[in-house]
Amino acid sequence: MKYVPDATGDRHFAQDLTVDRGDVDGLLSELDEYAVEQALQIAEAADDAEITVLTVGPADARDALRKALSMGADQAVHVEDDALHGTDALGTSLVLAKALEQVGFDLVVCGMASTDGTMGVLPALLAEHLGVPQVTLLSEVSVADGVVTGRRDGDAATEQLQAQLPAVVSVTDQSGEARYPSFKGIMAAKKKPVTSLNLSDVGIAAHQVGLAGAWTTVESVAERPARTAGTIVTDEGEGGRQLAAFLAGQKFL
Amino acid sequence: MTEVLVYVDHAGGAVRKPTLELLTLARRIGEPVAVHLGPGAETAAPVLAEHGAVKVLAADAGEFADYLIAPKVDALQAAYVAVSPAAVLVPSSAEGKEIAARLAVRIGSGLITDAVDLEPGAEGPIATQSVFAAAFTTRSRVTHGTPVITVKPNAAPVEPAPAAGTLEPLAVTIAEASKGTKVLSRTPRESTGRPELTEAALVVAGGRGVGGTEHFGLIEALADALGAAVGASRAAVDAGWYPHFHQVGQAGKTVSPQLYLAAGISGAIQHRAGMQASKTIVAVNKDPEAPIFELVDHGVVGDLFQVLPQAIEEIKARRG
Repeated sequence: MKYVPDATGDRHFAQDLTVDRGDVDGLLSELDEYAVEQALQIAEAADDAEITVLTVGPADARDALRKALSMGADQAVHVEDDALHGTDALGTSLVLAKALEQVGFDLVVCGMASTDGTMGVLPALLAEHLGVPQVTLLSEVSVADGVVTGRRDGDAATEQLQAQLPAVVSVTDQSGEARYPSFKGIMAAKKKPVTSLNLSDVGIAAHQVGLAGAWTTVESVAERPARTAGTIVTDEGEGGRQLAAFLAGQKFL
Repeated sequence: MTEVLVYVDHAGGAVRKPTLELLTLARRIGEPVAVHLGPGAETAAPVLAEHGAVKVLAADAGEFADYLIAPKVDALQAAYVAVSPAAVLVPSSAEGKEIAARLAVRIGSGLITDAVDLEPGAEGPIATQSVFAAAFTTRSRVTHGTPVITVKPNAAPVEPAPAAGTLEPLAVTIAEASKGTKVLSRTPRESTGRPELTEAALVVAGGRGVGGTEHFGLIEALADALGAAVGASRAAVDAGWYPHFHQVGQAGKTVSPQLYLAAGISGAIQHRAGMQASKTIVAVNKDPEAPIFELVDHGVVGDLFQVLPQAIEEIKARRG
């Protein structure tokens, strides 16, 4: 899961052209809530399942983990290291893959994309690193007898997918309303274990990650110029015609 | 001569518009070599040639349809090994991004997704991206390996540029490990006859103000009068009035058409994230305080059930 700057707040870049994650209000990426929800449902349907929530992020990412623990996850792992500052998606996927191998898993459940980077590729990257099947962008998912099945509503077609565990799965916002943490859940979360790991704990060298280790570089960032205010008219019986006239003037007709 | 691999997004050989945009962009940095996976290469090749492809590498294997994504990565990797390109360009569809990402890991290269523009640079192609709900534009470059870049629809006007487009077979071995996710069944999406939302030049979208499934007919009528695609806000989709496939916003699709016309949409940040980069924005809403009006080039405060029918009539009259 990912701790991201709140989209309703002021998202911006730091001097080194990384996303400023320090000085902003952050929260668990909304799309990851669906992943937690589906993990909880899968665990509830299974006999002996345990949910570990995992994140790579700065100290405040702890808040994202707490949210997931209050929803019902059993324990959390936080990979945190100053050398991770400025890590790109490929670097992050490497760290997560190593952490996952260490923690051990039958199923990895992810959100479909983060709400800040919006790349949507991390689950595929994890599957590639871990050498397990990817069953991604599911609007429905279930697990039984060591097999995960789900429905992927792609651009061109809807597909029913199936893979043997272990596997990496991602779920969309269509997979089901994420539950609100109950008061009991919030209290219980405080006692659940949160393990902190640094880079050497997961067997990654600093040069493989961070701003210097990234395989992409941001050359420049420009704030989009504010849109010049347009005309706003109140419909007094001609609104539709005025609208059509505007479109004609802009050569859309 | 520097060659650039371009992954072809097609339906049975009918090449989708974003691929043609990719060929145009590829020409800025080298000679495009198209990679066509699946059936229909004979149909696609002339179209690809018309738009700049010097070669079309084609492979068709049952595995492409039978297993999710990984076999296509095997094939694209085979093309990469055969061509040694200066860059690999892939359309930014959901599938395209996953294929590009996995390829990047395998070939040890950096990855840039959702580029809205591409230009040559002294140290490699420079990709422009629109980030944080279009609040910022970034220019980025891959610094390690062969740049793998996914490009959004509407990134460049399609330019015809006739080239040889010689069709050549691509030899591919599909790894056992690529057959992990079986496709049990596939139901193709029904064509609406309207342009596809992320590719369209014009979009008409309806929101909570539309008030019901049956009223979306009005949105569709305006879209048809303009030759536009239809979009819907999250509120409308959650209420069941329109399919999720048409949802615009943070949890749906991001679009950047020439015209985005929002009717009955308040313009919450999650929605704006999906359309803020549109060139011209028009809104119709009963509420003068609706945040969407902060974005518009033209706004109408009024009842969309009055405004839209009148607009449709006027559009039809003007079109003659």
